[in-house]
Amino acid sequence: MPAFWHWFITVGTILFTIWCIWLISWSAKQGPHNIADDEVVGHKWDGDLEEWNNPAPRWWLYFYFGTIVWAIGYMIAYPGLGNWDGLLGWSQLGQYEEEMQDAADRYEPIYARFAAMGFAELKQDPDALQLGASLYASYCTTCHGSDARGATGYPNLADKDWLWGGTELAITTSIRQGRNGIMPVLAPALGGDAGVNNMVAYVRSLGGLAEADADAMSAQPMFVALCSACHNADGTGNPLFGAPDLTDEIWLHGSSEAAVHATIVQGRTSLMPAHGELLGENRSKILAAYVASLSAK
Amino acid sequence: MDTVATYNDKVVRQFSIMVVVWGIVGMLVGVIIAAQLIWPVLNFDVSFLTYARLRPLHTNAVIFAFGGSALIGTSFYVVQRTCHIRLAFDKLAAFVFWGWQVVILLAAITLPLGITQSKEYAELEWPIDILIAVVWIAYAIVFFGTIAKRRIKHIYVANWFYGAFIITVAVLHIFNNLAIPVSLTKSYSLYSGVVDAMMQWWYGHNAVGFFLTAGFLGMMYYFVPKQAERPVYSYRLSVVHFWSLIAIYMWSGPHHLHYTSLPDWAQTLGMVFSIILLAPSWGGMINGIMTLSGAWHKLRSDPILKFMIVSLSFYGMSTFEGPMMSIKTVNALSHYTDWTIGHVHSGALGWVAMMTIGTIYSLLPRLYNKDGMYSTKLIDVHFWTSTIGVVLYAVALWVAGITQGLMWRAVNADGTLTYSFVESLKATYPYYGLRLVGGLLFFSGMLIMAYNVWKTISNKQPVPVAVLDPA
Repeated sequence: MPAFWHWFITVGTILFTIWCIWLISWSAKQGPHNIADDEVVGHKWDGDLEEWNNPAPRWWLYFYFGTIVWAIGYMIAYPGLGNWDGLLGWSQLGQYEEEMQDAADRYEPIYARFAAMGFAELKQDPDALQLGASLYASYCTTCHGSDARGATGYPNLADKDWLWGGTELAITTSIRQGRNGIMPVLAPALGGDAGVNNMVAYVRSLGGLAEADADAMSAQPMFVALCSACHNADGTGNPLFGAPDLTDEIWLHGSSEAAVHATIVQGRTSLMPAHGELLGENRSKILAAYVASLSAK
Repeated sequence: MDTVATYNDKVVRQFSIMVVVWGIVGMLVGVIIAAQLIWPVLNFDVSFLTYARLRPLHTNAVIFAFGGSALIGTSFYVVQRTCHIRLAFDKLAAFVFWGWQVVILLAAITLPLGITQSKEYAELEWPIDILIAVVWIAYAIVFFGTIAKRRIKHIYVANWFYGAFIITVAVLHIFNNLAIPVSLTKSYSLYSGVVDAMMQWWYGHNAVGFFLTAGFLGMMYYFVPKQAERPVYSYRLSVVHFWSLIAIYMWSGPHHLHYTSLPDWAQTLGMVFSIILLAPSWGGMINGIMTLSGAWHKLRSDPILKFMIVSLSFYGMSTFEGPMMSIKTVNALSHYTDWTIGHVHSGALGWVAMMTIGTIYSLLPRLYNKDGMYSTKLIDVHFWTSTIGVVLYAVALWVAGITQGLMWRAVNADGTLTYSFVESLKATYPYYGLRLVGGLLFFSGMLIMAYNVWKTISNKQPVPVAVLDPA
């Protein structure tokens, strides 16, 4: 902090403190024009408004003075007066680092045991699963729900279907690095409303939701040309892109005509945020094992 | 009648009526959003009715429409009576009334549309901010113009508080809202990062300190002694606590930003001066209650005084609670929980609204040349409805807030959090229910008031009141 601001803050604080003390000492003396304590001051407004010259209650003045004394002590002990660090050397950053160190000292031994365990072993270990469940409750429920069954746009983690793959590597990567699933806007490439509607019908027929009539089938060549790069020519999807299988009964963004139509016309962007830095290596692995265990039930 | 020889009570009457109207509107919106917290479906999937848009409408309506109308209206009444002169600049005073109503109307339109600066209690966009500044300066000219031509040497204590409130709110409003407009409905704050946050809470806390405290202390200092028919307890106490209060409030904003990127020194000063603020705040309570002391027997027959004594009690309670919550270790528990909301409502319902209601009941009959309100019984019913309402409200959110704070910090033996956020939300629902009941009670009291006011003033032709000569 520049010297000017240091002194500005320090002098300003001291002046305001002195101001309060001066007010207290003024009040402790007898009031205006030596009017006795139990008389009215002598001004009169609006017919009947008057003021006694009673002294402020003693306890109140002492209490006021006491808070000022406490404040002075606090400002000596803690950083407040500009550059002054305080006698105790406290800072909020210091407090944070101390608490993090405390936590590391306390919890690292617990995690050390899990660090030595393999993924398959973690999935069976009741302690690891309990820890994983706590982590899940803190970090995952907001989107995936407290029962892990997800919601529209948020994958169900308790079934056996995996958008980005269900292996140890796939799940830990999802947790650590996050995932960014993008369905591009494809309406312009489908040649107007009729083209889009036919594609909606075709895609829904893949999942057995609609008859594969002539209109629907007319979109098949376009599906192969535009969609197969991600969803495969047969519509079974590709976990490498997080491209959903369109032939099963699971529809991340809804299976109604309107929902599929919106997916094609507006595209979809799904974001799983990266948790690697937040959780660290060990906890990411324990959480992944817990998530994997959900679909094993 | 000669205009010099009578008071300008028209503008006071207008503001007084709008206090009741905006009180009902603002509290109704409050009740709706309290219900939405329990049943989110009540937004009916209509963007205008979502919590995020109705919440600022609620806060703006109760603070600036209800509270603002009460402050401006009563200050116009008090400054004339205690300066023994008609209000300066009749036309400008009328402009203050209509200008303020236009501001409220614009707020009621833009906030549900989602047009906002995203600054709490300063959501209104720049064109409305400019209008507020213009109206406020007109208000200052009328108020201080009246003070300047007063026919009595000493300025009554109520006017010190009203004056401090007017000057400070002008400064706070103008500096916090400095922004670069990019369109009629969008602007960007001139400040960025932590400086923006500090400006915002310098404004935000002094909106509490000067709008909701100093202004209403002005109201208290006129209407409590008037209603109790007793002199103010201590002139000396009023001097000490006035000059302390206005000096110290300015420092306390940083306690809204504990444990953030605000530098340690600013957090410390915010906390330290919040603690020093406790005694000066209590000065007002002591002076008010001690003024009533000696008139206790009147509480049996006068529910207006009951409103005032309960108001002063809530003032004392919430100005004790505030400094406690500004202590870092307490704040670490209370911050971001519903305790804060409970604290605000102890002040806003318990102190501000109760004092306003008592004052309006005391003031209206005088403005309409009547001896009293239509029904004293209904004032009493209103008193009990509001008192039970605000107690339920405050207690519900204390328990809710402390529950949330404790659940959020609970840690398992392995270092993981014991509760997910949604579990703390689930634990809060019963208290949200209790709070809704409290809010509904307080709101229904306002409906009783509206009926009583209507019966008091309908078919009543106000008579101009002659200016009283100074004693």
